[in-house]
Amino acid sequence: MKNNLTAWGLMLPALSFILLFTVFPIIRSIYLSVMDFRFGMAEPRFIGLGNYVRLFHSDLFWKVMGNTLFFALITLVPALLIGLGLALIVNKKSKITGTLRTIYFYPVILPMVAAASIWMFIYMANNGLWDQIARFIHMGPTDVLSRQESVLPALAVMYVWKEAGYVMIFFLSGLQSISPDILESARLDGATGWKLFRHILFPLLGPTFLFISTVELTNVFKLVDHIIIMTEGAPNNASTMLLYYIYQTGFTHFDYGLSSALTVILLVMLLVVALPRFIAQDKKTYYN
Amino acid sequence: MDKLKKSLFWILPSLLALVWAIPLFWMIVTAFTNPTYRMTLFPSTGFTLDNLRYVWEAVPFDAYYKNTIFIVVVTFCVQFVLSTLAAYALAVLDFKGQLLVYVIIFLQIIIPNDVLIIPNYMTISDLGLVDTKLGIMIPFFGSALAIFLLRQTFKSIPKSLTEAAILDGASIWTIIWKIYMPNAKSAYLSFAVISISYHWNNYLWPLIVTNSVENRPLTVGLAIFAKSKEANMQWANVTAATFLIILPLLVAFFIFQRQFIESLTHSGVKE
Repeated sequence: MKNNLTAWGLMLPALSFILLFTVFPIIRSIYLSVMDFRFGMAEPRFIGLGNYVRLFHSDLFWKVMGNTLFFALITLVPALLIGLGLALIVNKKSKITGTLRTIYFYPVILPMVAAASIWMFIYMANNGLWDQIARFIHMGPTDVLSRQESVLPALAVMYVWKEAGYVMIFFLSGLQSISPDILESARLDGATGWKLFRHILFPLLGPTFLFISTVELTNVFKLVDHIIIMTEGAPNNASTMLLYYIYQTGFTHFDYGLSSALTVILLVMLLVVALPRFIAQDKKTYYN
Repeated sequence: MDKLKKSLFWILPSLLALVWAIPLFWMIVTAFTNPTYRMTLFPSTGFTLDNLRYVWEAVPFDAYYKNTIFIVVVTFCVQFVLSTLAAYALAVLDFKGQLLVYVIIFLQIIIPNDVLIIPNYMTISDLGLVDTKLGIMIPFFGSALAIFLLRQTFKSIPKSLTEAAILDGASIWTIIWKIYMPNAKSAYLSFAVISISYHWNNYLWPLIVTNSVENRPLTVGLAIFAKSKEANMQWANVTAATFLIILPLLVAFFIFQRQFIESLTHSGVKE
């Protein structure tokens, strides 16, 4: 009994902030998502699933969902492969690998705002670095950010540049947790190079792969800073992703009902991605 | 032959490193040279400090710097205290409703604050905290990640130490202060790196909450400046501004590289 009181007393300060800014807003989003509530209205008005129906009939919504999933796909796969490659490169202790690790990792600690400001100029039509290279090899000028078909891939290149180092460190800790005995006995059995990777490292890295995929997917779903700075969804909403759409609907169009419905959809996506991992982890944590 | 093979092995990694370094290299070169019409990778004009000087005078970066430092420091201090208490309760005490607490903690780890901008803005507005520094910081005071990381470390501290201290008549505060906190230094350090770099870099939430120079952090200030200068000749100024805002974190990273990488490995919450 005394334990209960003390424990809740200690929990309460942190917990009340989490309740107020994580749990309560989730409930509020769900509540507002079934309301018609726009700028100038004194009170929200119940409309059932009206907002969701509106979304499902809107071409823009499906375009945004398509953009989000497409962007997730074209960043996740390269980020995982490059991140793994980088980890394999720097998984040795030497002066060179230390320097390489620093170079591969530094974009991670840059603010997205700073990265976007730099890349905005790299991608600038005609006189940017990218277009100068394109012209040099007789491909350009490409003006990648202004074309519907190239804007997401261009943003993806920037994002992979920024994120591969982050993926690298998880693979690195995965590689380093593999016991040297296993590697030694594999080597004695004649497994080297590709064989070693294919039959020993790759299966042992399985959990790391799953883990990073969920972390990366979650990260991609909440990406928005670079869109605000580099494209604002242009051209023709080709670069509008879900969180940016929420931001626009809420803070430009002041349609709180609709943006809450979008928030609920994003919450469901995040839960679907993360839940399997957390249920597994929760059991482990709780019974430890 | 072996030597050749070895040096061949380093070609691809070095090329990759070169590509990775280009944006930073270009940014620094451009920030410190006279503006050019075309973007050039290598400096084609003379060295100058005019860009930095211009930016520092044109943009109230000193105010933005103060704001960012204030936000980063206060947020971390509050998280530090509140998370320590909560983690102690979770790691050491057995109490009713623990499972519920874990569910709530995992909920925050899965659902980042950025996703809840609409309802949280309403809350901030209800509390009258729009355009205040407190409004920027308050959603982050309760940090599930910090609680989780500290709890993991606290768990590994033998309970016999606590029991002995209780027999000596030590209070709960003494136990936390004398036993738990000193034994969790590396967890605190990890979380410090995560929290400080997150809040130094955070953009969306401060963008929404603030609308004045008095409260705006560096990231929002830079974005406003960069977006107003989206023109050819302006990259010298924008890179100078970018350089100014990333410098402290970048220098810290180059010095404490190992600590940064180790800490950020924890930001994914992995057992």
